[in-house]
Amino acid sequence: MAELEEKNVALLEEPPVIAPGQTFDSVTDTITDVVLRRPIGLGWLAGLAVGMTLVAILGMAVTYLFLRGVGIWGIEVPVAWGFAIINFVWWIGIGHAGTLISAILLLFKQTWRNSINRFAEAMTLFAVACAGMFPLLHMGRPWLFYWMFPYPSSMGVWPQFRSPLVWDVFAVSTYATISAVFWFVGLVPDFATMREEATHPWAKKVYGILSLGWRGSARHWNRYESVYILLAGISTPLVLSVHTVVSFDFAIAILPGWHTTIFPPYFVAGAIYSGFAMVLVLAIPIRKYYGLEDMITMRHLQNSAKVMLATGLIVGYGYFFETFIGMYSGSTYERFMLHNRWFGPYAALYWSLILLNILTPQVLWWPKVRASTKWLFGVSLIVLVGMWLERFVIIITSLHRDFLPSSWGHYVATRWDYATYFGTIGFFVTAIYIFIRIVPAISIFEMRMLLPESEVKE
Amino acid sequence: MNHATTAPGIYGLVAEFGTPSDLVKACKAAYAEGYREMDAYSPFPIEEASEAIGFHKSAVPLITLMGGLLGGLSGFYLQYWINVIAYPLNIGGKPYNSWPAFIVPTFEMTVLFAGVIGMFGMFALNGLPQPYHPLFHVEQFSKVTRDRFFLCVEATDPRFDLAGTRQFMERLKPLSISEVPH
Repeated sequence: MAELEEKNVALLEEPPVIAPGQTFDSVTDTITDVVLRRPIGLGWLAGLAVGMTLVAILGMAVTYLFLRGVGIWGIEVPVAWGFAIINFVWWIGIGHAGTLISAILLLFKQTWRNSINRFAEAMTLFAVACAGMFPLLHMGRPWLFYWMFPYPSSMGVWPQFRSPLVWDVFAVSTYATISAVFWFVGLVPDFATMREEATHPWAKKVYGILSLGWRGSARHWNRYESVYILLAGISTPLVLSVHTVVSFDFAIAILPGWHTTIFPPYFVAGAIYSGFAMVLVLAIPIRKYYGLEDMITMRHLQNSAKVMLATGLIVGYGYFFETFIGMYSGSTYERFMLHNRWFGPYAALYWSLILLNILTPQVLWWPKVRASTKWLFGVSLIVLVGMWLERFVIIITSLHRDFLPSSWGHYVATRWDYATYFGTIGFFVTAIYIFIRIVPAISIFEMRMLLPESEVKE
Repeated sequence: MNHATTAPGIYGLVAEFGTPSDLVKACKAAYAEGYREMDAYSPFPIEEASEAIGFHKSAVPLITLMGGLLGGLSGFYLQYWINVIAYPLNIGGKPYNSWPAFIVPTFEMTVLFAGVIGMFGMFALNGLPQPYHPLFHVEQFSKVTRDRFFLCVEATDPRFDLAGTRQFMERLKPLSISEVPH
């Protein structure tokens, strides 16, 4: 009996944020080892090769696109927004978890975030880079991208500031810039650690330049902490605004299925949902292969799983109300849109979306599932696919059959659509692989603050 | 201010400690002793240390606020100027100054300017980038990014006296005391 009770208590207790027995030395060594001392392994090279191959495919797809124009994609009237916008929304959503972890959890003093914020922020930057490619490529003449910005051109015209597409330009470019600023500010003290730990003269020089000569002065730390918390404070509304503005791209249009007020909160929840799924997909292999289990503990994985469960339920609520309002509105077009989603040409995708995005993730209610890295990894992959399908269903089903049956059409993606999409996944993978080997993947100075030794005793 | 004669070519004296508590105690003692031109160094932020050396308020929040205001106002004015003055365009009978539509870019510009100016402001106030600093001559100081804590009393302090300050530091029981050459 006593044994059983002990076991139950052990199950109920939350795993620690940082494994016991760690010191300032061990934290510094474990994290810098990955970058400075660990030899390059075959596994890493193989992963990088897969990523680079996909990047090469992206290069071909983009070159051909520049030669032939967007006609090589499956887009046509009435579906002029195909994969480009689906993938844009998918990638930008993935980025949101990084900002949530680094900014919102910092404001709420959730110190467990300290071990995952660095690579989550990196994930944000790379995901935003992938997202940004799609609208640029979709322009048809991407070399004229600067037309989107308000500058005094010889044509005398200006962007249309009443359009959510222009808001999007401001939201996404601000988001990319502030994410980079936040990331760099967080890295400066760690670059100083790298400068001192590195033995290769070139590595010392490069990290020395990047560290800006950081020397840990108390005056510097004071100003540093205050700008860090301010960046968190402004990033919090920023990240919510970005996906809100993305949802405005749809909600402000009058198409059935798009023109709803539930879009902003439901898009933001979906973004965080897929973002945490990506955090788990990255964290589970990284902690295993680089021996970081003491720092990225089960606690982090379980907390991420709980966030996924909660945001997944909000997304489910969004689906429910989309349906309810569609029925309740009494609008023929809204009702037809629902009917078309359920039984139309894309019905299979809609039902797999419900299965993958709403039903399957409910297994996360079981503590045993949350305690298994294999299950978490699998569920996260399923959610990533599910969230991609969600964007496909929202964008394609509303566009391909709107008010006038004579203007209906059908959308099928071409091989160039897929090449571009998988190419950006390759870009993301490559960037993550390189990032792991040149930048400390866990914030060293924030990990030191989690140690009991860091407390000042009177 | 005749420190140059008492300690030629010296930036200051630096004491090394093993724990944050020892550092904070030393900072308090040095402040009580009357030293002001000094700084504490640590591998992670220690609020108590900057309090103890008498550094309470930084200008960073004010700079960030100014940046945010500048961004917000210029962002709104940009849209106002374009839509009302430079190229007025009647769209669906909406007013030229349709301000609710301008809120989103105004907000984004506020955040952008606040963040970027806040970051540059922080680095500028800290005097970074600064690749050279006299403290980097001290061998032990390389551990400041690892597990050691330092208190440096600078030679510019009016109460600085090479022998006297060293004696004072010895009473704090540091792991080591080093002279910092320029």
